[in-house]
Amino acid sequence: MRTPVFFALWVGIAAAVLALAFATGNDYVFFAGYVVMQYVVLSTAWNILGGYCGYVNFGSAAFFALGAYSTVAIYKFTSENDLYGLPIPVLMLIGGAVSGVVGFGMGYLTLRLRGAFFAIATLALAVVLQTLVVNWDYVGGSRGAYVVRPEEFAPLGNYIRYLFLIMMLLAVAAITVARMIEHSRLGYGFATIRDDELAAEASGVPTLRLKLIATTISGALMGMAGAPFPYYIGYLQPSSTFGLDYAVNSIAMPLIGGTTSWVGPLIGAVLLGSLQQIATVTISSAVNLLIVGCLLVGFVIVAPNGIVGLVHKYWQRKPDDFVGRRRVETDSPEAVP
Amino acid sequence: MSDRPQVQDLLQVQNLGKRFGGFVALENISLSVPAGERLGLIGPNGSGKSTLVNCICGTLRNEQGVVRFDGRRLDGLEAHRRTHLGLARSFQLPRPFVSMSLLDNIRIPLLYTVAARGTHHGAREIEERCFDLLREVGLDAKARRMPRDLTQVEMRKLELVRAMAAEPKLLIADEAMAGLTHSEVEEILSLLVRLNEHGVTVILIEHIMRAVMSFSRRLVVLVSGKKIADGSPDDVMRNPEVERAYLGQ
Amino acid sequence: MIFSYDLLINAIVSGILIGGFYAAVTCGVSISFGILDIVNIAHPAFIILGSYTAYIVNTTYGFDPILTAIVMLPLFYALGAGIYQVYYVSFEKYGQESLRGLAFFFGILFITEVSLVLYFGVDYRYVDAAYIGPAWHFGLLDIPLRILVPFLVSLLLIAVLQTILTRTFIGRAIMAVSQDQLALRLLGVNPIRIKRIAFGISIATASLAGAFLIIIQPVEPSVGREYIGRVFAICVLGGMGSLPGTVIAAMLIGIVESLTATFYGPSWAPAVSFGFLLLTLAVRPAGLMGR
Repeated sequence: MRTPVFFALWVGIAAAVLALAFATGNDYVFFAGYVVMQYVVLSTAWNILGGYCGYVNFGSAAFFALGAYSTVAIYKFTSENDLYGLPIPVLMLIGGAVSGVVGFGMGYLTLRLRGAFFAIATLALAVVLQTLVVNWDYVGGSRGAYVVRPEEFAPLGNYIRYLFLIMMLLAVAAITVARMIEHSRLGYGFATIRDDELAAEASGVPTLRLKLIATTISGALMGMAGAPFPYYIGYLQPSSTFGLDYAVNSIAMPLIGGTTSWVGPLIGAVLLGSLQQIATVTISSAVNLLIVGCLLVGFVIVAPNGIVGLVHKYWQRKPDDFVGRRRVETDSPEAVP
Repeated sequence: MSDRPQVQDLLQVQNLGKRFGGFVALENISLSVPAGERLGLIGPNGSGKSTLVNCICGTLRNEQGVVRFDGRRLDGLEAHRRTHLGLARSFQLPRPFVSMSLLDNIRIPLLYTVAARGTHHGAREIEERCFDLLREVGLDAKARRMPRDLTQVEMRKLELVRAMAAEPKLLIADEAMAGLTHSEVEEILSLLVRLNEHGVTVILIEHIMRAVMSFSRRLVVLVSGKKIADGSPDDVMRNPEVERAYLGQ
Repeated sequence: MIFSYDLLINAIVSGILIGGFYAAVTCGVSISFGILDIVNIAHPAFIILGSYTAYIVNTTYGFDPILTAIVMLPLFYALGAGIYQVYYVSFEKYGQESLRGLAFFFGILFITEVSLVLYFGVDYRYVDAAYIGPAWHFGLLDIPLRILVPFLVSLLLIAVLQTILTRTFIGRAIMAVSQDQLALRLLGVNPIRIKRIAFGISIATASLAGAFLIIIQPVEPSVGREYIGRVFAICVLGGMGSLPGTVIAAMLIGIVESLTATFYGPSWAPAVSFGFLLLTLAVRPAGLMGR
């Protein structure tokens, strides 16, 4: 399937989902749906660096938060100077740019480190960024920041419906980008980095450059997901925005869904995200994270290739037929001597 | 002799030294390889052969000495750039890309090395070329299989043909024949000879004496990180120091 | 910024004392990450578990937290051994420990923290003991006993650990298992068993570290998160597996954090250890006394 066709198909699916949401007549669906779509973007973004390249990023929250705080900074500037507020898509681009640049910078500092050290460094970076933001009074510091959400967005009605639509379109864009990468030379390069970086270099793959591309794209997408967040939540606090909850979700969802293709993060985010929304409403939000933690540990032990991997095994189809990719992650003991 | 660099030498190693902490892995290694050469590199286990290869190819950084390839210094150049310049190697323990088919394993050097040299091939051409390469080592039937489905021999062949796919000027084959049967060794050997006849300079690192002696036009012996002999196979094997290194004291 | 020698000296001494405690917190990771190469990012969660264990026993029976922790050592050891077994069977055997292992421990971190929240809530908990409250005064120095006592016991813990690692057979086997598993097997020692013992010891130290923590400050489940970076920063800075290095690095970080908090404000303190970590990784991954 050619990329434009893929994109059009998913825009169509998004339109159908939107129509369904309208049909329920309940605005809460939009609030919950926004979070799920947000996680689709975050998981897909994480997976580009984590699943495709094999580099685990614990600092997803930082990129997300940077996008959010860019919006806060711009909001303060425009409202204090009586300027017209910037539209959400523009804020997304700015948030994406900021996070993309930071992603590039982080990559430059840390990508020479081997696996575990890289992961820890990402965590460290996230905390440093959080501390910087907490101490930046312009965006409210530890007191937090308020952003006033407009009441309505004609012709959709409640503003939240607009936010949901935007986030859904971003999700479609994210999976399209992920799929484009998979089917391109870049995707092959990423896979060699994951499989054996030394052999990749020996085969002529510019591993550092590719890793930088991955961190930049990943960071940018996360920043774009974070940009509308202040309008969604109304009151932004560093401790929760930079929270480890985003990190665990953006890792758990691809791992549970399956890390080898764009399908995994989508499935993981939709399933786990919806589950969490239901749990938050019916039980409590703490149980939420317990579920995520248990599922993460469970899947990682029992089904290392995620739901996609399980489906492969049970249907015994070649990966070519199922998701159009030529690769399958090995789950048997290393046969290489 | 062969220590003095000649203008037409493809690979020149001058006074190369490498240590790991306090351990001296390589000391004052000098080596010149003219284009088209069939060089054998031998030495007891732990003598530094693979370390030398790693330094030449950029996987490790040497503290002392200079490596020149095709006239240019390789100081600090990343491994992938050296491959682009035409320097390829196979690994002693095969390192296939385990999550992709054999075909895709071969595709990687074509996509990233051959393409980097400017020639642009379409997807169909690349796929054909991959099949051709696999056919050279008899692996075309298993083109769509995964590395984990391969036998030991096939794994080593894959390792070698992946290095060949980078269309190198110089190929370093690091113990490509370990553990193979007589006829399998012959297969690999004839492959390397064919490669050399097509203009590829080959450095063969091996323990299988018979293979090294029949293949090499020149032999270099490494013992405990130092080069102790460099010359024609017959001369080198008559060298008393070499005898001592192999028969022990 | 109000500068006075009084403040400076107290900040430095305070840093050293806290540093001793940090060393106790980190020594477990020095073993699991520094020696065994297992990225146990959940270590702080076990420490918090240790804190809550001490809390329960202290509020129910009034027992001293440190003594409680010592009694609990076998329990935590067993927990560690069990977790390692799962880790080994699921990941290490297959060489999948990089992504999956990390995710595994990350999941455990969350499960532990959230379980504690569900059971105890998010209120701060603290313990009662004779040495919590009084402070010693030496001239310019003000040393609260609740920091001094853990400091002293921490150093004792490290000394005991170092002795075990260097003088006993098991200890030396642990040091060897990271370098040469084959040699161990040839000696008739099962490396997996050694690693299991080592990991058990690592988690056992968390029991004590947890007791120290809740003596020094009130604890609630998410307190562990601040320690994730600190612990790995100290481990890396201290040379990955060198206990003396860990102590020095811990004190260094303690001092720098203390000075930062005193003269620039506590909101900058988290950036210190994490910034240190980044710097160390960028410049000298082998740490101060690295292998």
